[in-house]
Amino acid sequence: MKLLKYLLVGIFFGIVLVKSEAVSWFRIYEMFRFQSFHMYGIIGSAVISGIIFLQISKRGYIKSFKGAHIFVPKKENGFARLIIGGTIFGLGWALIGACPGPMYILLGAGVWSMIIVIAAAVLGTFIYGILKNKLPH
Amino acid sequence: MEVLLNPWPWYVSGPLIALVMALLLYFGKTFGMSSNLKTLCAMGGAGKFSDMFRFKWRDQIWNLTVLVGAMIGGFIAVNYLSNDSGTDLNPKTVLELQTMNFETPGAKLVPDEIYSFDAVASPKGLILLIIGGLLVGFGTRYADGCTSGHAITGLSSLQKPSLIAVIGFFIGGLIMTNFILPLLF
Repeated sequence: MKLLKYLLVGIFFGIVLVKSEAVSWFRIYEMFRFQSFHMYGIIGSAVISGIIFLQISKRGYIKSFKGAHIFVPKKENGFARLIIGGTIFGLGWALIGACPGPMYILLGAGVWSMIIVIAAAVLGTFIYGILKNKLPH
Repeated sequence: MEVLLNPWPWYVSGPLIALVMALLLYFGKTFGMSSNLKTLCAMGGAGKFSDMFRFKWRDQIWNLTVLVGAMIGGFIAVNYLSNDSGTDLNPKTVLELQTMNFETPGAKLVPDEIYSFDAVASPKGLILLIIGGLLVGFGTRYADGCTSGHAITGLSSLQKPSLIAVIGFFIGGLIMTNFILPLLF
């Protein structure tokens, strides 16, 4: 039962991403060609809403369901890993038009060939795990 | 009902995505979908090969549950919450893609030219999907996050590493879409 709330959040997430067309390969293409405001509007309004939520919760007006402070873990500092890793991610994102959430959402939406992409993404993560000590971070 | 069935405008969708982040934070968790790829590696026994996969993957079951939900959500949205309106792309985008031999830009969520059975059955199509998946899976772990972890959660919490990562996402995306895709299609 504890997991039910996560299942519901996931369902909501999947519906929102399909209805927003953020899972559309074509919308990603259009974004990287600067031919539409749509994706920028989605990401921008999500970030602005997120900032507002976190600023309110930081002042203690919103607490977690256990009554604790809302806590966002800090991302690791660095430059090379962020810019190189980010660029590699972006190349893949624009090619297949799906990032790690939409991959599964599209599979659920009936895009069966997405299984290949997911398997390859798991393998890519595995390869990073093997090579990580040899890479600049 | 029509409003629900049509594609949702960005100013509705964006705040709702932030709500997903907020709900997970409220439950004491963090919004980050690419962590699931790491978890799947750990479940498959990748801990034998790298310490990165040596962690208690059972602690991540909640996130795998989000993922299962996302798949169900995708199914529901396409089958019960959609009409056949298609994606209202910029006419310029449509024309451009048509000259690249994409037959019906925006008719579906993904192009048949990449994802249909015929495309996947060809060596080129199969290789494209595998390379794309590899890049995403490798890049996201290297950069320590993806669109949900960096672009949404990281930027919302005003973290500098996330800004650098998102700039990276865009460098890669711009190179692929503007310089590599035209060579491939």
